[in-house]
Amino acid sequence: MKIIKTAVAGTMESSDIMITLSPAAEGISIDLDSTVKEQFGGQICAVIRETLQKMGITAAEVSAVDKGALDCTVKARTEAAALRAGDTQADWEGLP
Amino acid sequence: MNNQARKGFPQGDFSWAGLPALYGPYVPAPDAKSPDRMAQHKQEQNKILGSLEEAVRLSGLRDGMTISFHHHFRNGDYVVNMVLDKLAEMGFRDLTLAASSLSAVHDSLIRHIQSGLIRRIETSGLRGRLAKAVSRGLMDIPVIFRSHGGRAYAIETGELKIDVAFLGAPSCDPSGNANGYARDGEGIFCGSLGYAKVDAAYASKVIVLTSHIVPYPNAPFGIPENDVDYIVEVDEIGDPAGIMTGATRFTQNPKELLIAKTAANVIEASGRFYNGFSLQTGTGGASLAVSRFLREKMLAKGITASFALGGITGSMVEMHEEGLIKKLLDVQSFDLRAAESLKNNHFHQQISASYYASPGNPGTAVNQLDVVVLSALEVDIAFNVNVLTGSDGVIRGAIGGHSDTAAGANIAIVTVPLIRGRIPSIVSNVGTVVTPGCTVDVVVTDQGTAVNPVRKDLIERLAAAGIPLCSIEELQRKAEAVVGKPEPIRFTDQVVGVVAYRDNRVIDVIRAVHA
Amino acid sequence: MSFTKDRLRRTMLFIPGNNPGMLRDCHIYGADCIMLDLEDSVSIYEKDAARLLVRSALQSMDYGQQDGRTEVLVRINDLKSGGLTDLEAVVPLGKTLIRLPKTETPNDVLECEAEISRLEKAAGLEVGSTGMMAAIESAEGILNARDIAKASQRLVGIALGAEDYVTDLKTTRSAEGTELLFGRSMLLHAARAAGIAAIDCVYSNVNDEEGLVAQAKLVHTLGFDGKSVINPRQIDPIHQVFTPTQKDIEKAMAVIAALKEAEQKGSGVISLGGRMVDRPVVKRALYQLELAKAMRLI
Repeated sequence: MKIIKTAVAGTMESSDIMITLSPAAEGISIDLDSTVKEQFGGQICAVIRETLQKMGITAAEVSAVDKGALDCTVKARTEAAALRAGDTQADWEGLP
Repeated sequence: MNNQARKGFPQGDFSWAGLPALYGPYVPAPDAKSPDRMAQHKQEQNKILGSLEEAVRLSGLRDGMTISFHHHFRNGDYVVNMVLDKLAEMGFRDLTLAASSLSAVHDSLIRHIQSGLIRRIETSGLRGRLAKAVSRGLMDIPVIFRSHGGRAYAIETGELKIDVAFLGAPSCDPSGNANGYARDGEGIFCGSLGYAKVDAAYASKVIVLTSHIVPYPNAPFGIPENDVDYIVEVDEIGDPAGIMTGATRFTQNPKELLIAKTAANVIEASGRFYNGFSLQTGTGGASLAVSRFLREKMLAKGITASFALGGITGSMVEMHEEGLIKKLLDVQSFDLRAAESLKNNHFHQQISASYYASPGNPGTAVNQLDVVVLSALEVDIAFNVNVLTGSDGVIRGAIGGHSDTAAGANIAIVTVPLIRGRIPSIVSNVGTVVTPGCTVDVVVTDQGTAVNPVRKDLIERLAAAGIPLCSIEELQRKAEAVVGKPEPIRFTDQVVGVVAYRDNRVIDVIRAVHA
Repeated sequence: MSFTKDRLRRTMLFIPGNNPGMLRDCHIYGADCIMLDLEDSVSIYEKDAARLLVRSALQSMDYGQQDGRTEVLVRINDLKSGGLTDLEAVVPLGKTLIRLPKTETPNDVLECEAEISRLEKAAGLEVGSTGMMAAIESAEGILNARDIAKASQRLVGIALGAEDYVTDLKTTRSAEGTELLFGRSMLLHAARAAGIAAIDCVYSNVNDEEGLVAQAKLVHTLGFDGKSVINPRQIDPIHQVFTPTQKDIEKAMAVIAALKEAEQKGSGVISLGGRMVDRPVVKRALYQLELAKAMRLI
């Protein structure tokens, strides 16, 4: 699927992550701000990348503000932002 | 009449009576009651000086000396900043600042460190921007962190020699009797002056700063006049709102309540819940709430405690007034309710940090504790506890009486949520060892309770009472399964902090984090 | 995963489906059932995000549903307004029961069941392995409670949703719960006639433990299995209400000992202290012991 507009999912509450996805020409770039960046920054970016990849998204600009979200939350918020920003409906079998 | 002239009065010195030559015969002073002599007394009794600058000058403070402060005004303290600004203005350099603790309100220290006024710091803890700056290598000489008992011991043994103590006091009379409240009920309240008492007793010179001069005698007093050299009256010594709140509120957080309830069950089953037991709880959400659940158990079983120790809170006071806790030994009053009780209740006793926890004093109160309930930032699988540095390696806490009470109490219980946000609290290795695992007996989390394997007696008792137990390794694995494995923190080689154990020996060092 | 009809359901903790912190911690409080909510606690603008979050949490969190410690349910939206998508998101995982909101007729249950069966088949799950619970929240639903309770083999229980129900009755909730007397009694009888659980509504003032306990005692006396809770602090007081006394526990243990003795002797008659013990007494004793065990009293 393709990112066609900017969309946001998630909140700034503790244990959540707010993901903003915008269209990009090519590649995935991630700008991460996290309360646990030193300890989990790499892992958070990896989950975002993997989630987008599984949804078939190859180009997106990602901005993420993390307040200590677990991997499952990072994944869900990325999915929600992608579905809101993308050109297709949820395909449950296609989701990771 | 001259004694020597009296019949039969021995001549010469009194060495035959075992007295040194210095104790010769008494010589009367004919002007003992002269108006001049009376006026001189009056003047000597009055230690109030015109300005802080004058007091500093008279104290003989020189570059390179050690000055001290107490932290009874917590985050409402004006004294440290006021004094340092004055010392900077007077051009001092290279001082060692030995505070019983420092708070976020002391961020201005950064400036004084950069300017060269302060060269070394000794404290129980650091917070806020100052803590971050120190962690990033602000100081050339590492900060020495001591527990409250360890600081008292270091002062008593001369390892920490204080040249001039600057002690803020909510009330003081002209002779120097100082206290954490005033009998007339006016002005700032901080309750106990427990930490300041040690400084007052041992510092070469003691300057009391107060906004409230009261008539002699300011009894009861926390600091006696014979410990005080100079008094300076200032407009404000602190912000009441930052010093304390009305009463420390019980948490409504269900996770903290769950932990507290389990900890109370552990105490009940520990064999140390008997008529006349003694306890200390912290002020953290869960550890404070333990007293509420204990109260119910004490009422149900008809048990009373002989004393509660340490930082005293309103909840302890309520139990004292209900007759459930006979005595309160108060080194630091945590809320207005506690401070008022210190003033009004006979059996609420102000104690010094040394009485509280010095390892040099065999009868020290912490050694008489049955149970202490503590908090933690991190606990590792060897039961070592860190209360100083965050999971990012940055200094963000204070030792307080943690290692003192853990070592002294028969049962030291650490209450901690298994994870905070995405940060695991039970880890393989703590960032900084503050309290050694050999003094920690039980770790209570919201997702399991672990007993130090050396306490076989406790394991048996808790298991018999039906309290579910697991190993500390299981807790560590459980936390990691939820949050994942954190990346290791990157430190530089620079040591920014040295953690002294309560016996003055070094238990760990803190390294600088990459900026 | 298949579901169990017969289990303790003293407390059912409601968790807003769009709250990651609560989804992380909800299993630590000892509630017998956890209900992850996609319906009333989620704003219409966040339904999609909540659905993905609940799905993701179910995929990765161990709530204890596998080892039977906890029963996990997802409360879906009305089938016509998003409920179908909710089902598509969570049923294929095979990790949760489905709680149907605002059930008015047996047909509501059947419609939902048909969708669940379709999704189970597509996901390669055993058809019928996903349990259901129906919430009844209207006068119509209460009057149809008996047929609703018997509508599907998947149903493990029916639950009372009081807020909508009292509005429907043109009344409001009182401290004593007088207005719920008929609804509760009707729902309980319907559940018992179908051999499934009856779950009472929430007590919304989380700071009034006294009121909560009074309501819990009332529904415990009526015969309910348990109560819905909206704050973890409400769990323990309710569990205490459902806990048998030491005397009850001893009596129950004696009954079970007598039962075992009779079984050993091959005798069909159970006798205790010279008196015959009826089957219902045995059944009650087993339930008391289950409650006692849950509190680690035996």
